Amino acid sequence: MSYCKQEGKDRVIFVTAVDHETPAKVLLPEDDEEPVGLIQPDGEINWECPCLGGMATGPCGVEFREAFTCFHYSSAEPKGSDCLEAFRQMTECMSQYPNVYGNKEDVPNDDPEMELAEEVTKKE
Amino acid sequence: MYRCGARFSQVSQPALRAVRHVRSRGVNRVRSVRDYGNLPYKPPTMNDLPTPQGSWEKSYQKLQRRNNMHLAVGVGFSAFTLFVAKQSGLVDFGSGPGLIKLEGGPSLAAPAEDEGAPPEEEAIVEEVPVPVEEAPTLIEPPAAEEPAPVEEATQAPAEEVVPAVVEEAAAAAPVEVTEPAVESTPAPEPAPEPAAEPAPEPATVEPEVKEAPEPVAESAQPAEESSPVPIVEPAPEPGKPIPDHVPYLIIGAGTSSVAAFRAIKARDAKAKVLVISGEGESPYMRPPLSKELWYSEDPETPSKLCFKQWNGKERSIFFEHEEYYTPLNELSSRENGGIAILKGRKVVKIDVHKKRVFMDDGSEVSYDKCLIATGGQPKSLPVLDRAGSEVLQHVTLFRTIADYKSLHSVVKEGKNVTIVGGGFLGSELACALGHMSKNTGGKVTQIFPESGNMGKILPEYLSNWTTQQVKSEGVSIINNSYVKSVKTTEAGKLSLTLNTGKELITDHVVVAVGLEPSIDLARTSGLEIDETHGGFRVNAELEARSNLWVAGDAACFYDIKLGRRRVEHHDHAIVSGRLAGENMTGAGKPYWHQSMFWSDLGPDVGYEAIGIVDSSLPTVGVFAKATARDTPKAVVEETGEGLRSETESMADTSSLIHSSAPHAPLKGEDYGKGIVFYLRDNIVVGIVLWNVFSRMPIARKIIKEGKSYDDLSEVAKLFNLHTE
Repeated sequence: MSYCKQEGKDRVIFVTAVDHETPAKVLLPEDDEEPVGLIQPDGEINWECPCLGGMATGPCGVEFREAFTCFHYSSAEPKGSDCLEAFRQMTECMSQYPNVYGNKEDVPNDDPEMELAEEVTKKE
Repeated sequence: MYRCGARFSQVSQPALRAVRHVRSRGVNRVRSVRDYGNLPYKPPTMNDLPTPQGSWEKSYQKLQRRNNMHLAVGVGFSAFTLFVAKQSGLVDFGSGPGLIKLEGGPSLAAPAEDEGAPPEEEAIVEEVPVPVEEAPTLIEPPAAEEPAPVEEATQAPAEEVVPAVVEEAAAAAPVEVTEPAVESTPAPEPAPEPAAEPAPEPATVEPEVKEAPEPVAESAQPAEESSPVPIVEPAPEPGKPIPDHVPYLIIGAGTSSVAAFRAIKARDAKAKVLVISGEGESPYMRPPLSKELWYSEDPETPSKLCFKQWNGKERSIFFEHEEYYTPLNELSSRENGGIAILKGRKVVKIDVHKKRVFMDDGSEVSYDKCLIATGGQPKSLPVLDRAGSEVLQHVTLFRTIADYKSLHSVVKEGKNVTIVGGGFLGSELACALGHMSKNTGGKVTQIFPESGNMGKILPEYLSNWTTQQVKSEGVSIINNSYVKSVKTTEAGKLSLTLNTGKELITDHVVVAVGLEPSIDLARTSGLEIDETHGGFRVNAELEARSNLWVAGDAACFYDIKLGRRRVEHHDHAIVSGRLAGENMTGAGKPYWHQSMFWSDLGPDVGYEAIGIVDSSLPTVGVFAKATARDTPKAVVEETGEGLRSETESMADTSSLIHSSAPHAPLKGEDYGKGIVFYLRDNIVVGIVLWNVFSRMPIARKIIKEGKSYDDLSEVAKLFNLHTE
């Protein structure tokens, strides 16, 4: 059972699991500061998304953006097949910074499109 | 009744008689002012006046002697006070590091004069700027002849004063001499402009000497004559030219600086950012310095500076690999921009209107947008400052990597360490050092004036309970105490005398008594300082002036929800740095995302908090029994950063994975797990999540609501105390 004690201005309540079995009567409003995901509601890419793990801000940020933007808006079949040049530039840039991009597993190497495609579909 | 009547008649008798007496003399009026024996008024005559006695001269002289004595003692005392204040460094005379010298005539002539001046000049440096400022405007045309009145002006008051001040007057004289010399150099120039640029120059000379230890100042200044880019000893990159102009400039290379340049780069992909690091390190995170780094088993930790995250992955405390940063000389030319770090330089002044910063070696950079993220320096104890260098070499003011390394080597040798301060840093270090001392055989003592650890943050019962936990980490706690005096013993140890009279012998002292925001720039650059909270005063968008923002520990900002605040926490550095970076790229956002903070005291107690968490507020705590799963170790890491504040943005509250790392049963499990609400005017303004993890978004919503609740136990249900 729950019990209360007062220590000066401080109140302490002890509760047991049974006390808290019923759902709370207090309702909190829907979160309006919900962090935006990788793709914003309007379909634009959110470069500030922490899920990019610094990819968009690092030394190859610009190349990454170009490749990713190309892929995101690609209408080719299969998706992203028209972006090979952009991806080549990106991987070229990344190879110059092995210590920044080297040890991360999610760096697109052989098949960047597929990796990114997976990432995007996951977020969406 | 009878008695009362008698009294009345008693009292009234004489008055009545007086009235009769007056009437019998034919006077009708009774002078009401004198309510006793109303005798007829007799005008005073000369005979009633006091007659002078003795010699007026003698008594005048006596009076004069006494007044002079008074004056002498007063002046002597104030001179002594000023001297002591100056020596102890307690009082900042506010002269600041001054303006930067430009290459050329006046600044070169001045140091030569300066070296001749006696060292005492430091004491009266504050007086100097006044005559200097007058000099260029008033005395400009007649040049060399005029210095006389300037000298007179300052010496005149000195002469009137009693002997005690003579030394001061004497000291003033040689400094005065430098002024005409400085004056005479710019005089030959055909068009002397009394306005901005040349005028402040003479003023810079003295503070420069004051700042640096004398030998450095002397050796640095000749270097300046020979080359345009002076080689001051801390500058590690003499060959690399600093760009003249950068679009984004960040002063300071701490956590908010990183958050800011990431935000800038995210919103302006080709941004060119220059970060100036006075500490000389690339940006690194400070929390592990008092937490994880001490719990590592690897003996190489102090050199590798890596720690294990809770998910088992190792990472460096440096935010980014050196390769990430753009070399200084390539910053201007790179098409895609980049982030460059200038190490070992300090910014001494900002010209906000002209958008230029001046550095301690004389170089300048102009900017489009500038962020001040200077953080702070640890506060010291006056007792220790006064004690002299012999004591100070056994004292660490903990803040930087260098402090961690030196303290680590002390603890490794199994020394006895005493930590002064019972707040976050003090308590975390006490637990960390206690943990490490179990192997090294040292002893750790913690002294603080409150009754329990984190006494200013946690309600008393929880604070006392925490103290028990800290004790179980092998720390001996001396509460309700502060250090009264320090001396060295013959054995080369420190002897601390506490206010309780207790004496404590220790090898090393760590001072963790809070942070002093670094606001020297405010003094030199005319920025506003907040009187109550300290720090640069900025608006809700963290803006101090046009194109100038402040973030992190040094920013006193307006929180739209909770009012004016200054926060010294890692997560705040991230939140405010990011906001500043967004606003530097034109977002115009106010401070809306409440930052949180966390602390871990040993492996078994951890808490996260948000909002105003101040133990002087009334609190309501809702607790449940802790289980083995509710320890900080169990929090999962999904992002790369490895610090709890960042897990929040990624992890959502429903998908928690917990390790079931076994832990020894805690004493008094009562306060093992719970929520503490802090109330102001019955509104929840702060929440501590005690051994409850990854529920911060719920707490943030409650703070944002800003409501009062009848039953906080109901609110606590939202946190699902009994489920994980």
